[in-house]
Amino acid sequence: MKPFFFISAVISACVSVCIVLFMIILGLPLFREGLFFSMLTSPWNPSNGVFGLYPMIIGTLGISSLALVFGFPLSLGTAALISGLAPKPLAAVLRKTVQAMTGIPTVVYGFIGVFLLVPLIRNLAGEGSGMCILSSALLLSVLISPTMILTFSDTFDQVPVKTRMAATALGATPVQTFLWVVLPASKKGLVTGLILGMGRAMGDTLIALMISGNAIAVPDSLFSPARTLTAHIALVIASDFDSPEFKTLFACGLVLYGFTALSTLAVRAIDTVFRSES
Amino acid sequence: MKTTTLKNMALAFILILLIPTGLMAGSLDSFKGEKGSLKISGGTAHIPVMKDAAKRIMAVNPDIQISIAGGGSGVGITQVGEGLVDIGNSGRKPKDEEIAKYGLSMVEWAIDGVGVAVNPANPVGSLTKAQITDIFSGKITHWNQVGGVDKAINVYTRDEASGTREVFGEKALNKGPITTKAVVVASNGAMKSSVATDPYAIGYVSVGHMDKSVKAVSMDGVAPTVDTVKSRKYPIARGLYSNTKGTPKGLAKKFLDYLMSAEGQSLAESHGFIPVK
Repeated sequence: MKPFFFISAVISACVSVCIVLFMIILGLPLFREGLFFSMLTSPWNPSNGVFGLYPMIIGTLGISSLALVFGFPLSLGTAALISGLAPKPLAAVLRKTVQAMTGIPTVVYGFIGVFLLVPLIRNLAGEGSGMCILSSALLLSVLISPTMILTFSDTFDQVPVKTRMAATALGATPVQTFLWVVLPASKKGLVTGLILGMGRAMGDTLIALMISGNAIAVPDSLFSPARTLTAHIALVIASDFDSPEFKTLFACGLVLYGFTALSTLAVRAIDTVFRSES
Repeated sequence: MKTTTLKNMALAFILILLIPTGLMAGSLDSFKGEKGSLKISGGTAHIPVMKDAAKRIMAVNPDIQISIAGGGSGVGITQVGEGLVDIGNSGRKPKDEEIAKYGLSMVEWAIDGVGVAVNPANPVGSLTKAQITDIFSGKITHWNQVGGVDKAINVYTRDEASGTREVFGEKALNKGPITTKAVVVASNGAMKSSVATDPYAIGYVSVGHMDKSVKAVSMDGVAPTVDTVKSRKYPIARGLYSNTKGTPKGLAKKFLDYLMSAEGQSLAESHGFIPVK
């Protein structure tokens, strides 16, 4: 049995290394011409031969970080309710609902977003199309929450009952127990949940494509349309395989890969700092 | 005498049997006894007609599976060229390089106009060509500059692979720029639903897709309708092409023949396109 697991682990690690190599090899012409780094800071203007990714990088970072800002407190609160703060029947209903939410296809969120959220945001903003950073971040936060909620509540449940009972015996209310006993004991799970949520937010294509407006201008407010790296790939992949636009997609993929890797490392680093302090 | 009458009657009977099949060659009957699947992708303007034709063919012959996907004209040409689909649709004539590279053969089965569309609640119903160019380039930014309400204009455009965008950019905007702040949507259907829900929107859709959910804007006094496109009074028009790699064979050929048949052409007409026959 052990060799089997070993082989599966090696294969999945290889796949992810191969993808990076594949993108580097196909993107090699861009590196050779020294275009790769200038692409990171220039705009996208194919008719003038400029194929920069700067607006998309800002779009991706803006939308996914905002989605986390909305989604994290929401998830933390719901997970707390599920794992002890809510009465048992309510907690059970909540957990089942959240589990069901993980199965909703992204396109359904996108559809609801187009017909309900976008008009609402448009009226709220008073101008613009309503297809903007704020709309897609709000919708993305709903999309990534179930993943975070389930990870969080699993970690909360792992805190031994004895520890909780000890806190209760000392006169702590359920909320106090959660804040001062359960939460500090669950740091690792919180970090894992955050990483998973962030990965989903950055990697999601459809919501960004349907809701964020895909404009190639650098967004200057929460209400401006923006294009993410993933939506950019989806929109440009339809062009001719030989076109220069198409070739820049590999750089796009590399940047996206780099972001996910960097943000995972960053969250892990924060985690270690916290750990050494406590 | 008696035998000749019998002979004539037999001949007439055979002729009667033959006439319908002869007349309906290329129509639904030709699909009888066929089997297999047909994959179609590309231009999104084509989709309503393609879907209708496929539905009729599959109703007559359930052994045929026809799948229809969008993606845009660029996708249609690339996918049929790379052998991923049997028919690749495009809302523009494939470029000479594309024809040479993939050995494409094409059928132009309808003509379609591209019209400017705004929300039905918008009082603006007519614009000059210069105004349209300025709105899409971002020079005119508010509706009150062209006789509308005091609100910012939300410009919608299509992705790079869109044939509709290509034709509109060439014939309406004279290849002029489109503002970078424009919202980009990925199909004619998405364009229509965006404009239908956004009161300050302006976009462009295939005339075949125009319906009551959006308001067609006249350009230089000419409304984009089937009639004005047909009489060439409305200048922004293009052919709808279905492309195959090499000469069409088998199911793909029968499907294209069906589109060119009387029934196929009236199907195209019923969806707001101008038949070529």
